[in-house]
Amino acid sequence: MSDTSSVSGWDSHRDDTSDSSVFTSMTMSFLQELPSYRSLIRRRTTILGRDKTGGTLLKPASSENRVSSEAGRSEKEHLGSQSIRKYALNISEKRRLREIQEAQVKYLSEWDQWKQYSTKSWKRFIEEAKELASHLELWKNDIRSIEGKFGTGIQSYFSFLRFLVILNLVIFIIIFLFILLPIILTKYKITDSTFLIVPSNEVDMRCKVYPMNSTGLIYFYTYMIDLLSGTGFLEWTSLFYGHYTVDGVKFKNFTYDLPLAYLLSTVAYLALSLLWIVKRSVEGFKQNLVRSEEQYQSYCNKIFAGWDFCITDESTAKLKHSSILYELKTDLVEERIRQKVAQRTPEETLRIYSLRMLLNAIVITVLAACFYAIYEATIFSQEHMKKEINKMVFGENLLILYLPSIVITLANFITPIIFSKIIRYEDYSPAFEIRLTLLRCVFMRLATICALVFTLGSKITFCDNEDCRVCGYNHKLYPCWENQFGQEMYKLTIFDLIINLAVTLFVEFPRKLLVTHCSSWKLIRYWGQQEFGIPDNVLGIVYAQTICWIGSFFSPLLPAIATVKFIIIFYVKEISLMYTCRPSTRPFRASNSNFFFLLVLLIGLTLAFIPLGISMTHIPSSKACGPFTNYNISWDVVPKTVSTFPSALQTLIHSITSEAFAVPFFIVICLIMFYFIALAGAHKRVVIQLREQLAMESRDKHYLIRKLTAAQEEMRNRPS
Amino acid sequence: MGSSTSHLSKELLTEYQELTFLTKQEILLAHKRFSDLLPQESRNMEDSLRVRVSTEQILTLPELKANPFRERICRVFSTAPERDSLSFEDFLDLFSVFSDAATPEIKSHYAFRIFDFDDDGTLNKEDLKQLVNCLTGEGQDTQLSTTEMKQLIENILEESDIDRDGTINLSEFQHVISRSPDFTSSFKIVL
Repeated sequence: MSDTSSVSGWDSHRDDTSDSSVFTSMTMSFLQELPSYRSLIRRRTTILGRDKTGGTLLKPASSENRVSSEAGRSEKEHLGSQSIRKYALNISEKRRLREIQEAQVKYLSEWDQWKQYSTKSWKRFIEEAKELASHLELWKNDIRSIEGKFGTGIQSYFSFLRFLVILNLVIFIIIFLFILLPIILTKYKITDSTFLIVPSNEVDMRCKVYPMNSTGLIYFYTYMIDLLSGTGFLEWTSLFYGHYTVDGVKFKNFTYDLPLAYLLSTVAYLALSLLWIVKRSVEGFKQNLVRSEEQYQSYCNKIFAGWDFCITDESTAKLKHSSILYELKTDLVEERIRQKVAQRTPEETLRIYSLRMLLNAIVITVLAACFYAIYEATIFSQEHMKKEINKMVFGENLLILYLPSIVITLANFITPIIFSKIIRYEDYSPAFEIRLTLLRCVFMRLATICALVFTLGSKITFCDNEDCRVCGYNHKLYPCWENQFGQEMYKLTIFDLIINLAVTLFVEFPRKLLVTHCSSWKLIRYWGQQEFGIPDNVLGIVYAQTICWIGSFFSPLLPAIATVKFIIIFYVKEISLMYTCRPSTRPFRASNSNFFFLLVLLIGLTLAFIPLGISMTHIPSSKACGPFTNYNISWDVVPKTVSTFPSALQTLIHSITSEAFAVPFFIVICLIMFYFIALAGAHKRVVIQLREQLAMESRDKHYLIRKLTAAQEEMRNRPS
Repeated sequence: MGSSTSHLSKELLTEYQELTFLTKQEILLAHKRFSDLLPQESRNMEDSLRVRVSTEQILTLPELKANPFRERICRVFSTAPERDSLSFEDFLDLFSVFSDAATPEIKSHYAFRIFDFDDDGTLNKEDLKQLVNCLTGEGQDTQLSTTEMKQLIENILEESDIDRDGTINLSEFQHVISRSPDFTSSFKIVL
């Protein structure tokens, strides 16, 4: 390795893009004298991060710096309250720098000294707090060992799972504090409060009939069915909406309005989820907010940020090497294909586009078929549930109850296979293929829940004779329809957990055993060891979280069940990963994943808003159970409460929610958005201009140096 | 563990906390790991701060063993004249730059120095070629062919060489890193 002070960077065989001259030593010495090069050498050892406060501290402390006397002239600029760590020096140089800083402090005014001191102590306090907080981080060691062995892609999945556990826990705490706590306090007589039940006269008595099933001697299998499907004895517990049939809790000094609390806590935890997810996704975008797809595929990203420095395992490192090689080779091939595509003839383009339209139509047909299957299954299941189910056999019983869940799981299992087969014929670039398949699977998974909810909703509000006019919903079949919703979501959650456990136990572990012991069979070797498929697993937990969000309104304990479920899944997946999986051969980048996970989660949350919104504002609440028996729809609680406010506040609220306010507000927001888009476009144009200018300046510089060198040569060779 | 001579004094700890991005726990852990690499007689307090450990021994650490850039890392962080040994403070510097809390500017500055195989202040085509070979593996069959390498290097230079002089200098490198989404999460070593 050459010494640092000599410039040997000019490869004499290099193919210069602008010209092919060979640089002589004269040129090199010119280049060494340029001010820009000088400052670069100085900055190599004393460089500062891009900070707003100070300039560059030029103190040639290292031994590498014997270039010129200019470097010796240390310009001691004003040192702001800079953090020393941000300097790229080694520790002894930083120490010297700190001594200089402290010496300089004496020359500052009292106010500046105090300011520096206080910022330093504040920073130290923040660091101590962060250090303490990091001890509380859940599963820190597990995730760190996963990262070392499998890389950052898989580690981001487990961090995402941890985030969901904490989110569900917080949602449950909100529900507990505002809904469960007053009821528990009253029920177990901890405080001196009573339930307040307001009888209403306007409601037809027929709507209030809620037949209780006989709770005589319960056979064991009925008990099991009830546990797994939320019917029977579970229906009356605080697990479901029907339990909260009170209109308020009367404490000593005030009356706690339970219906209002129920509705507002739902809105609160949905808003909290939205804000938290958006905050997390913005954190990943600290450097630039708008990312184009090309930046993930860019060669610089793959080369400069390609190696995971936290890999500690030799075999993982080997796999990483081969995956990087594979990725680079495919990218180079893809680029050559892209150049070929650009030269496609019009007939070929027409053929490709018509083929794509046909395949998209097939995709839509597949989706429609799945939705129809779910619709039929739900209707069948609901109808048979109302019959005498105790007379049926145990297995058949459970099958009918779980029919929608089974159909959804089958659809979620089959459709990704179909989609990945179809997309091969559509002739997209490999990266786009992956994204499109993922998008289709996401849509599929989340839309199936919507199909289920829609089917239930249509059944509840459908009645072929006069039944609906009395109460607004089908009160004969569904006296307490929120309970039905809650039960379906509960069943989906439990079934999902069972399927996860079953697949791990009965598919992954035997597969690993087969591969290790019977590896002589070609078929087994072809099937190979399990790879941890990140997109599928992420879709699975987003699906579970969407169900939790939809179901929490109808079943307040569902977030607690979801928390426990995610904790179980964390350990199951971790064990399965450690013992049965090998690291993936296809790279899945960490940054890519964080954005992707949160985007899919956001889609799930938006999809969860729809059924909740419709059931809160359109479907009349059941009059036989629940906190909203005295209101037409659940949302009516809010206008009723607002009407009890003082009149000034009332007029204010009415004006904010009226159209006269909303439309101008919307127009103003649109204008602000257009302004920012225009600004971004202008900045882009300026950047392009500056880049061209830079390239031109560099060519000018080389041209001038060549001319100067040639002139000097001529001078020297001229006979004197 | 537990011998009284291997505990850093409180002032030294606070000083290191100020000068690096490491937390107290990490500094103590680094000190312990460094002392384990020293010969038995130098494991007391003053010697552990003074004595240098040769690069071969540092490379036996599990965090660095599997890393294709391990020799460059040791060379860059070493303050010895021959660049072949690390003192405890160099060791701390190493883990400070690679820690979670380090700023992206520091990381990109040191990444540039690590990738600069011939130590001349710029990344030219030879540096890039060596970099790619490090990434794809050590063997003969794991390297790209000459045409592929040429195509790749041209693509890299096209994306990052703003002034079109055939090399990447520090500012161009930092610019391209600032737009690279994976860099901060991958340029990390945890003890």
